[in-house]
Amino acid sequence: MSEIRLIEIREDILSDNRELASLLRSRLKKHKTYLLNLMSSPGAGKTSLILKTVERLKNRFSIGVLEADIDSIVDAEKVAASGVQAVQLRTGGFCHLDAGMVAAGLDAFDLDALDLIIIENVGNLVCPAEFDTGAIHNAMILSVPEGDDKPLKYPLMFSVSQVLLVNKTDYLSLSDFDMRLLKERVLRLNATMPVIPVSCRTGEGIDAWISWLEGKVSEFIGQ
Amino acid sequence: MHELPVTQSILDIVLKHARMNRVRRVHAINLAIGEMSDLQDEWIQKYFDYISKGTLAQGARLVIDRIPVVFRCNACGWESGVETRGMKDFACPGCGGRELALVSGREYYIRDMEAE
Ligand SMILES: Nc1nc2c(ncn2[C@@H]2O[C@H](COP(=O)(O)OP(=O)(O)O)[C@@H](O)[C@H]2O)c(=O)[nH]1
Ligand SMILES: [Mg+2]
Ligand SMILES: [Zn+2]
Repeated sequence: MSEIRLIEIREDILSDNRELASLLRSRLKKHKTYLLNLMSSPGAGKTSLILKTVERLKNRFSIGVLEADIDSIVDAEKVAASGVQAVQLRTGGFCHLDAGMVAAGLDAFDLDALDLIIIENVGNLVCPAEFDTGAIHNAMILSVPEGDDKPLKYPLMFSVSQVLLVNKTDYLSLSDFDMRLLKERVLRLNATMPVIPVSCRTGEGIDAWISWLEGKVSEFIGQ
Repeated sequence: MHELPVTQSILDIVLKHARMNRVRRVHAINLAIGEMSDLQDEWIQKYFDYISKGTLAQGARLVIDRIPVVFRCNACGWESGVETRGMKDFACPGCGGRELALVSGREYYIRDMEAE
């Protein structure tokens, strides 16, 4: 004889991933390696921004890149050609990276020799936002052609990021993208998030981005 | 579109508790999931039906309680649910404050299960 009973579970569904992510953060702390998780839609400019960043910071920090974007074999080659170590993560069509995949990917690097590793996450505004990768900070790129209404459609991505880059500002004059309205919408979801307009094409705003990142990396690795 | 790994994680946790409680069959699983998540209820159930075949949880119903997105004003403590998709103004209606913090809406939680 048995009867139906209510059994308490009270467990977070993503707790395994969260635990892995915090283990990964302690590992990074120990090795003094700052990990940045870069997220955006396909084509918003992740690879372009990584190349710009590497160009500007490779004499200041030793840098690695973990490539996970779908068409990223090309990307890893582009990045490696810029002179930093690039590792290709086979995501097999996954819609996001989780902390376990990132931890495995980092095994290919000598963490002690690196100050900064940038993850190019899968191009997608939905899924990567839900999974903590173990990165120290999340950076999001929104490009001007995508429109200023994206915070309304993908609120989670804007909530979990610590910095927002608005890329392709060279298109601003051709579009009805409203930067002030975008900032209002973003700040409503994430009151303290810096919004940095940049153009990987013209180089506009890249200084502000580099100084944000340089500050975060220096603070984390303690130099 | 990551319903599959999430569903796998739900099944793993449920089966662990089923074993701990010497359960023979799981009938329903009660979940709390924040409105900010884009998970599709329908797909979670479909995947669950598929991956739970042959386990104690085969045939269990997933009951999903959607937790609304709520913001709190850092200045005056005012709290309110927000329909982010339709939002226009962004100041606190209580004090005009602009520092709003997310209080709920990101939950991913298994509350309990009905089992025998
Ligand atoms: N006009 C313009 N094009 C850009 C800019 N940044 C990137 N692109 C172009 O946008 C396309 C996609 O960029 P990519 O960096 O590959 O995007 P990803 O898919 O996010 O890695 C490429 O053709 C880039 O040359 C920019 O600031 N302005
Ligand atoms: Mg790319
Ligand atoms: Zn207020």
